[in-house]
Amino acid sequence: MTSTRKATYSSDYANLESIRDLVAQAAREAGMDEAETYHVQLAADEAASNIIEHAYEGRADGQFELECEVEGNKVTIVLHDHGKVFDITRVRKPNVKGKLSEREIGGLGVYLIQKLMDEVYFESSAESGNTLTMVKRGKRGS
Amino acid sequence: MEIVTKEFKHCNVVSVKGRVDSSTAPQFSQALEAMNKNGQYKLVIDMAGLEYMSSAGFRALLAAQRACKRYNRGEVVLASVPARIREALELAGFTELFKTFDDSLSAVGHF
Repeated sequence: MTSTRKATYSSDYANLESIRDLVAQAAREAGMDEAETYHVQLAADEAASNIIEHAYEGRADGQFELECEVEGNKVTIVLHDHGKVFDITRVRKPNVKGKLSEREIGGLGVYLIQKLMDEVYFESSAESGNTLTMVKRGKRGS
Repeated sequence: MEIVTKEFKHCNVVSVKGRVDSSTAPQFSQALEAMNKNGQYKLVIDMAGLEYMSSAGFRALLAAQRACKRYNRGEVVLASVPARIREALELAGFTELFKTFDDSLSAVGHF
């Protein structure tokens, strides 16, 4: 069984809550437990936050689309924007082991996405904009 | 997100409730900075009522820990960290930067 949820958001951090709600519905439909659902919410939030912060440089007048597909135990989240290219798969891994003074906060959200999701892809083209695809499979199967 | 602060003899408890994300984290940062401006550097962040925290919240915690530990004037410790949030903090390598306590009372006792 396949289901798809779609929504368009303005590049405003106030939309993060609805984004987390939408992907949580999909995660639960895929049979994910509360921990996995939280992972999907966190990954979608971090990815959307990056679009607002980097692709649209914090401006609220941009728009991005979210598409969330459930296929059995698999959730696929696609985020599509028309802002500046921000390829999260090329962001340097942050220092997560050093002393307090050596820690940098940049890249932490991206690092969490890579850890929490099973697959992460990024595509960009001048015509169609930026597309980030993230996949997670629930442990329980279906 | 809701922030309630309480003053103790040797430290201050900051209870943060609800959800901290890129939208609400600036408010959380400002609350912590305001405490530093008041000369309060020994802080317990009570997460008992916290439902969600993204890396935007982690960023605020990191900045606060740097500010509080400077000149050995204090420290930020965490109390009652919910399982999901603890897991994300661990992934980010943050659990080694903050002492964590099961409840705010034992965290207060640390100071």
